[in-house]
Amino acid sequence: MNTDFGLNKHLKSFLYAIWIPAILVILWTIGSNTRVLNNSIFPTPQKLFGAWYEMIISGKYLTHVISSFSRVIKGFFVGSILGITLGTIIGLFSSAKKSTVALIGMLRPIPAIALIPLFILSLGIGETSKVAVIVLGSFWPILINTIAGLSTTDSKLLEVGTIFDKSKRQVLFNIIFPSAAPYIFTGLRLGVSSSWTCVVAAEMIAASSGIGYLISYGREMAQPATLFIGVFSMGLYGLLIELLVINLQKKAIYWIPNSK
Amino acid sequence: MSIEIRNVKKVFPIKNSTIEVLKNVDLKISDGEILSIVGGSGCGKSTLLRIISGLDNATDGEVIIDGKKVDGSSKKDIGVVFQEPRLFPWSTVEKNIEFGITDKLTKEEKKERVKYYIDLVGLTGFEKALPHQLSGGMQQRVNIARSLINEPKALLLDEPFGALDAFTKINLQNEVLKIWEQKKTTLIIVTHDIDEAIYMGNRVVVMSSKPGVVKKEIPVELPRKRNRTGTDFAYIRRKIYKEFFEETEV
Ligand SMILES: Nc1ncnc2c1ncn2[C@@H]1O[C@H](COP(=O)(O)OP(=O)(O)OP(=O)(O)O)[C@@H](O)[C@H]1O
Ligand SMILES: [Mg+2]
Repeated sequence: MNTDFGLNKHLKSFLYAIWIPAILVILWTIGSNTRVLNNSIFPTPQKLFGAWYEMIISGKYLTHVISSFSRVIKGFFVGSILGITLGTIIGLFSSAKKSTVALIGMLRPIPAIALIPLFILSLGIGETSKVAVIVLGSFWPILINTIAGLSTTDSKLLEVGTIFDKSKRQVLFNIIFPSAAPYIFTGLRLGVSSSWTCVVAAEMIAASSGIGYLISYGREMAQPATLFIGVFSMGLYGLLIELLVINLQKKAIYWIPNSK
Repeated sequence: MSIEIRNVKKVFPIKNSTIEVLKNVDLKISDGEILSIVGGSGCGKSTLLRIISGLDNATDGEVIIDGKKVDGSSKKDIGVVFQEPRLFPWSTVEKNIEFGITDKLTKEEKKERVKYYIDLVGLTGFEKALPHQLSGGMQQRVNIARSLINEPKALLLDEPFGALDAFTKINLQNEVLKIWEQKKTTLIIVTHDIDEAIYMGNRVVVMSSKPGVVKKEIPVELPRKRNRTGTDFAYIRRKIYKEFFEETEV
């Protein structure tokens, strides 16, 4: 009875999530097959999925996906280590905060994507410059949220540490870091979405593989199907990554009831 | 541990002005004594405890512990049961209580001690629960256990049993008294419950507000274990009530 209800609920929320995309697909199918939609821009679903299937069979698709993912993983890894480390230092020491507040305020509004040409000039057109964009893209949200998390520890809990005479190290690991964890996780979540956006942008400008490359290649070769494979993949993997991170977050921040 | 409060004054800045929360508070608590403090909400009881424990500094005056003047940084071995539970939401009941241990103990010794105090506050079976899975009164009992396990020389309790039902309350009052009898811990108990103040204290201090001053000190010279329904008890209760009614009439 109970599980029945649970299943029902899942099905319901799935239907809620899916009905608008389903209508869009139907409209797209009708529109492209009746040529209301221009076929040189909007391929028919049959054509798109046919091309997609061929690309998967030939193994090319997997190569593109892997090269995008490996860039994201590298960049996100470096970006989050940098963001968490620097964020911790800035969040803990008010002198570090005062010294960097103006600098951060100035640099942060510059989108990582705007720096792609600069990275290409300084780091060359190879992998390094693309990974660098992702590092920067993930770095900012992680940095900012880590700083916020570490500098907003509830003073009432810190006083508990004082009363029980705990060392600085114990206070850091038993009170400050756990209470910053939800913030740091929010940073990581924003960072990973930003990484994904950045990799596609970097690949559109300079790459010979990857999902971003599929998009720019499709445009240059006037192959709308290829272009849409890239666009759809971007959305699909973005969604999957987001779901994965939300699930990890739920597990990591187990003490917040119904954390999203 | 003896505690002496000399002429303590506390002023808080609020916006552009200041409010005087404590004024000329003088109190002496001798080693092993239990002092109860009663007083209206906002009269500065928590503030006074914060100053004694060194969490806050007095604007003027001094706190002398075992004959030595204290400042914020010195180690004091004073425990505090905070008015709010202040538990770590990410730690289980067990871990929250274990946090109170400051002595160097082996893992087994710690475990045993934690088990003892969990049992003492009646939370056996909830060792692995997280604070948000507990009721308010249960959270408060974890708070109390965390301070008791610390076994400090002096313990300041800020309305410790306020959130508890009558039975649990009386039970815990007796447990605290038992610990006091064994260890001769100096206790300061802030409470809104006049019966509790009389039942626990060797002396009851009545504070009045705005600014907070010690209005009256009433000794409770009744033998332990005290009878809450006795005539001597009622006599002291009447005396304290009188202090409150006078105040509201002014
Ligand atoms: N950090 C602070 N800044 C400004 N005012 C404060 C601060 N802490 C306490 N006060 C003020 O001091 C007064 C006394 O507060 P305190 O918490 O000591 O009261 P209390 O006697 O413990 O009251 P209650 O019984 O309700 O707990 C209140 O008027 C409060 O507004
Ligand atoms: Mg208070």
